[in-house]
Amino acid sequence: MTGLQKLLNAAAALCGLYALVDGFTALSPALLLAAGLVVVCGMRLSPVLAAALPVVICPQLDLVISLIAAGAVLAALQDGMAGAVWAIAIAAWLHGWLAVEKTMADDADATGFNWVVSLGVPLFFGFWLLFFWEALTIGLGIPTVLLPPPSMIGARLVTSTAILMADFQQTFLKAVLAGYTIGCGSAFVIAILVDRSNFLRRGFLPIGNFISALPIIGVAPIMVMWFGFDWQSKAAVVVIMTFFPMMVNTLSGLSAASAMERDLFDTYAAGYWQTLFKLQLPAAMPFIFNALKINSTLALIGAIVAEFFGTPIVGIGFRISTEVGRMNLDMVWAEIAVAALAGSASYGALSLLERRITFWHPSYRTK
Amino acid sequence: MTDMLRQKLLPVLTIVAAIAVIWYGFTVYLNAPWQLDQYEKTATEWSMTDLVRDTMAHDRPVLPAPHQVVAEIWKTTVKKKVTSKRSLIYHSWITLSSTLLGFVMGTFTGMMLAIFIVENRAMDKSLMPWIITSQTIPILAIAPMIIVVLNAVGLSGLLPKALISTYLSFFPIAVGMVKGLRSPDPMLIDLMRTYNCSRWQLFFTLRLPSSVPYLFTSMKIAIAISLVGAIVGELPTGAVAGLGARLLSGSYYGQTIQIWSALLTAATLAALLVIAVNIAAQITHRMMGVPK
Repeated sequence: MTGLQKLLNAAAALCGLYALVDGFTALSPALLLAAGLVVVCGMRLSPVLAAALPVVICPQLDLVISLIAAGAVLAALQDGMAGAVWAIAIAAWLHGWLAVEKTMADDADATGFNWVVSLGVPLFFGFWLLFFWEALTIGLGIPTVLLPPPSMIGARLVTSTAILMADFQQTFLKAVLAGYTIGCGSAFVIAILVDRSNFLRRGFLPIGNFISALPIIGVAPIMVMWFGFDWQSKAAVVVIMTFFPMMVNTLSGLSAASAMERDLFDTYAAGYWQTLFKLQLPAAMPFIFNALKINSTLALIGAIVAEFFGTPIVGIGFRISTEVGRMNLDMVWAEIAVAALAGSASYGALSLLERRITFWHPSYRTK
Repeated sequence: MTDMLRQKLLPVLTIVAAIAVIWYGFTVYLNAPWQLDQYEKTATEWSMTDLVRDTMAHDRPVLPAPHQVVAEIWKTTVKKKVTSKRSLIYHSWITLSSTLLGFVMGTFTGMMLAIFIVENRAMDKSLMPWIITSQTIPILAIAPMIIVVLNAVGLSGLLPKALISTYLSFFPIAVGMVKGLRSPDPMLIDLMRTYNCSRWQLFFTLRLPSSVPYLFTSMKIAIAISLVGAIVGELPTGAVAGLGARLLSGSYYGQTIQIWSALLTAATLAALLVIAVNIAAQITHRMMGVPK
């Protein structure tokens, strides 16, 4: 084991020891078992034992122990959190970290794609985020009007599916998709037109860069005044927000092909359209996907914020602003979860598409 | 010098002029229906010049003309005392202070995260996907709620707004810094190893210096986005102070000129902040001898 691994192991064992000493009479059997396991694991630090029983230092053992301890803590949450329970929670987390650390060390020299490392480790980290969120909110008795525990939000997600679907449809399927398509599409076409003239490109690039840095979201109230309360005004905000990043990126992408490549196309006597489709656009794809990914989050933000300035009685932004007023924070967080899920899904889909289309890019050819 | 003017300034100015012309055109077009209605009610004779002149002089136009907005900005900055509640400088200062606080906290958080990510592979695999996911949460959209909740806990004033800016600005810094810390050529890293340098010597003498250009590029994005965060963070504070509050009160009372002047001031502020970071970058690069 490396230095960091030994440190983690020792710290976990100390936490377990503290829990055993402090709460021997008060703890539930499950917690006592967890604390005992953690303390026993501390014995691995003696070099004799580790050499004799190689199985005790495998990462799977740490994973199982951390999950047992986490489960015991979650089961005991409702009875209030004593110092001993916190110690076990921390020990559980340290063992989880230890498991990840060991998995990483085993994987360090491996080549190729490893599902456990690429997907399992991030999910495991997410599990610990939710675990501590749950433990802190319930254990410290934080009022649910300030921060509801994840379990309550999850329950809300299941019971209010109909409302969430309607809001999702209004905000995402109508406003965001329409605005995103129009904004990115028109910016793409205009960038191609502007690119034909050197003069226009020199003018549009700095101005587009400047406007991309502006708080464009401020036009939301104006758009609501102009286009009314329904989804059209939200789509208009999304169009404006997505237009400039897309235009700037497409413009820089179109000039990304090197002079050598352009010369080659000239010697082939390639026409404008041939150069555009076979050289410039493929070379611009990494830039275009960059803009598409940035815009996928911007579009969602634009549509939701625009709903704060006036909306029919449906939509993610509308629900967030009204349910905050009614102190239903679990509903608000459920809407946020839906929005985050939609955002992550679009981002992920775009990343996959990017990988398929720009497979030639150096960043995808190395590990 | 003249060459630079022709190459850079002329195209930009042409586009700006074109935007101004289009803006004026839309001012007339969008304000005309109301004006025509007025002419009809008062039964006045009107010519095209009258129409153009009158559409640009509304109190609450659908779209104010650029010179109206500029006049409003002039009136609320130069002619008002800085301490006055109607001075845009006063409101800009409130927004700017939380922008800067959030930016500093975000830069610090982002740099710390990047260092952990580069130095520990478990952190890299665990944190990186969640850092990206964190930005798919529409934080700007829930900023008002966060402000309300933080106020309820007892955090009020500058800090809640700054926290929104922090959340937005740590992301570009973390991503750019990770890229920068990993940017040294493997040959150079191998060279450092042959000198038998420790992990921390490698970090401070090679990785950190080579990440500086990346850091400044990220800071330009981060400071602009901090400003957006501060403005949106001001929306729910009951329209007390700040550029965001000006936007909101303008939209409540239909004061379009006020909205546009707040927007334009925010735009100027964003430009000044980015330029300031740019200057800092150039000075640092020159001192470090970074090739252009």
